[in-house]
Amino acid sequence: MSNDTNSIDMSSIERRQFDTLIIGAGGGGLRASLQLAEADLSVAVVSKVFPTRSHTVAAQGGMNAALANVSPDNWHWHMFDTVKGGDYLGDQDSIEYMCRAAPKAVYELEHFGVPFSRLDNGKIYQRAFGGQSQNFGGDQAARTCAAADRTGHAILHSLYQQNIRAKTHFFDEYFAVDLLKDDEGRVLGAVVFNIQDGQITVIEAKTTLLATGGAGQLFKTTTNALINTGDGMGMAMRAGIPLQDMEFFQFHPTGIAGRGMLITEGARGEGGYLVNGDGERLMERYAPKAKDLASRDVVSRAIAIEVREGRGCGPNKDHVMLKLDHLGEAVIQKRLPGIRQTCITFLGIDPAEAPIPVFPTAHYTMGGIPTNRYGQVVVPVKDTPEEPVAGLYAAGECACVSVHGGNRLGGNSLLDILVFGRAAANHIIGYLKENKYHRVIDDEVIKKVVEKVNRFDQQGSGDETVAGLRKELKQTMEEHCSVFRNKEILKQGVDKVEQLAQRMKNVKVDDQSFTFNTARVEAFELENLMACALATIHSAYAREESRGAHSRTDFIERDDKSWMRHSLYSFENGLDYKPVRTRPLSVESFPPKPRVY
Amino acid sequence: MKFKIYRFNPENDTKPHVQDYELNDIEPGTMLLAALLRIKDEQDQTLSFRRSCGEGVCGSDGMNINGVNGLACITPLDDLKQPIEVKPLPGLPVIRDLIIDMDQFYKQYRAVKPYLIVNDPMPEVELPQTPEQRERLDGLYECVLCACCSTACPSFWWNPDKFLGPAALLQASRFIEDSRDQDFEKRLEELEGPFKLFRCHTIMNCVHVCPKGLNPTKAIGRIKAKMVTRSL
Repeated sequence: MSNDTNSIDMSSIERRQFDTLIIGAGGGGLRASLQLAEADLSVAVVSKVFPTRSHTVAAQGGMNAALANVSPDNWHWHMFDTVKGGDYLGDQDSIEYMCRAAPKAVYELEHFGVPFSRLDNGKIYQRAFGGQSQNFGGDQAARTCAAADRTGHAILHSLYQQNIRAKTHFFDEYFAVDLLKDDEGRVLGAVVFNIQDGQITVIEAKTTLLATGGAGQLFKTTTNALINTGDGMGMAMRAGIPLQDMEFFQFHPTGIAGRGMLITEGARGEGGYLVNGDGERLMERYAPKAKDLASRDVVSRAIAIEVREGRGCGPNKDHVMLKLDHLGEAVIQKRLPGIRQTCITFLGIDPAEAPIPVFPTAHYTMGGIPTNRYGQVVVPVKDTPEEPVAGLYAAGECACVSVHGGNRLGGNSLLDILVFGRAAANHIIGYLKENKYHRVIDDEVIKKVVEKVNRFDQQGSGDETVAGLRKELKQTMEEHCSVFRNKEILKQGVDKVEQLAQRMKNVKVDDQSFTFNTARVEAFELENLMACALATIHSAYAREESRGAHSRTDFIERDDKSWMRHSLYSFENGLDYKPVRTRPLSVESFPPKPRVY
Repeated sequence: MKFKIYRFNPENDTKPHVQDYELNDIEPGTMLLAALLRIKDEQDQTLSFRRSCGEGVCGSDGMNINGVNGLACITPLDDLKQPIEVKPLPGLPVIRDLIIDMDQFYKQYRAVKPYLIVNDPMPEVELPQTPEQRERLDGLYECVLCACCSTACPSFWWNPDKFLGPAALLQASRFIEDSRDQDFEKRLEELEGPFKLFRCHTIMNCVHVCPKGLNPTKAIGRIKAKMVTRSL
């Protein structure tokens, strides 16, 4: 890494060429890389952490697919539940594609070695999860395929193992700074640096797939890992690509109160339920039929209302209780061993004996980089709302395809990453047949990005620290963009986040070492989080309705006439909108209806 | 609360040193990782360590804590004697501060072919497995690859290139025990010889330190038993 930005010696920069560059080694990235490696293409997977540290590892409850191993089921019911769960903001072509592909995606994983829990007949175990129904809103379905409550761990490790077999090329602990784009808007790879020694590498790729995960670190209390800083979303925004539907951020109903650790929805799927300070089963009032297995946005709002109206638990009445002890120790140990251990470790509470204090906690970014169902990144160009960006793909939580609409169903995120990781890879295989050769990248394009790599060591007055700004940002988002929102709170939030983004210019990183400089990495991560925060708070302020996870106390109804459309926020153009794709691939569209559980 | 933390940056230091830090107002129940993050945020941004999930699932923050290997994010400060001594995991090269070079560890992991091998054509649905067959994988598949076990193992310290180490052998067992795997014979065959598996002298450090409560020594014993049966 040169310390003199004015004279970058291009010959000193390592350059590598691959058919495909994948940024991110969670489930989406690794499913795609496996598909590509098996098609005999050269694939580079760049990840800022060793692949099995990616956040897919923390997914607990499972993955939805209409296998009908436990209850009668079919993909069309799954599709209905997903459209309804997303409060009619999801694109129905993508949703049909995902739900149809789900059983195959699960069987593939099983063949890769995933140790799914089993039924007595030897088939994959499935549990009930929120928002699942038989026959378009009828009885509860059991659609979530599980490996105890460690499904993400089981899937991520199996995918990494299969990639070892397929000899995928890994760049472990490399940080991707920015995309390389030519004058025609084609994406030609990225500039990355090796965290271990600071060396910069230009990775030239005919196709680039962003699979960098969500931005859960936007909030103070979050179930998300520290690495979930919206890196791909930040890179996309700096490449002039808008982010879609960022106002829709999921708050999981059952994070451990005040701490944030996730307690899987599978706990309620196995028969657990929520009680308030008066000992009532609170969900009976909010969702008489589905009760504790209503959609996550519905359950989170219910808990927030209980606490707000003084019916919380504990000395400060600031949480509710999740009761599991009636399930018995045997069931808890067999089906929920991971969360049992988490409760014992962090609370000193064994859920087999006592209830768990829980509160809604930031969990999932429904929005992201806009794509079509092939994983191609799409942007508005003149009158076309969705024009593919040549060479660029996105999949998983960093993308918005959009299958989750305004609220994701539990068990659909693992499904999303696997189905669309694979779909993106398949589209890339086709694209590479038409685009056989690497294009020349202008030195100036590379220099511009390389200059940025050590800018945090040199620029800025040094009045601000990464840790200080990050703390303020997370506090601001928690206070101004949480479960319930209104105009005044959001306006203050917009102003504060804008100021924080300005102050980012005064950041200087003291640690200028080349060797495993995590302080520098954190500065880049904060820059990415800032971009996500701006998109989130601006989109939330503008959307004057309540839909899915976006609940406005000043606009309590869903307004399909004005707002059944996707938000797009970019640095260049601010807010823009595009229509929801309401037409599925082969079945009839599900028109918007009142959403009751 | 007082901390003594191992520091080394090859760019500036010829040898490692110990740096003292002190934190006030630590709430009961705080984990070591939270303390390290506070030191980095409030006092010294050059202090370097790996971390991610914060709940013992990703396996990033393995370190040596008061002489015992463990994950910082699930090690409560309340249980630790002061000053708390934090060092990198032993036995592998240090890159910087608490960050070790894990290449050798991962190499041994890859050496056991840690993936399901099925030679028959795959069915259109799942390969069947009874709950009892599946239960044999419990205690094996949950490994988070934190390296706490292998870097606590004297046999691995002396021969990190020849002895596979407890973590890799636990993975070997995970596939040997899987009713779906069809490479059973070869997997056992490839573990023959004086080093790969048989350097395990059942010292059981791996069992004592595993943050996930797994038992690599038992897994190694299961493999040995299968090798004996096979040789008869």
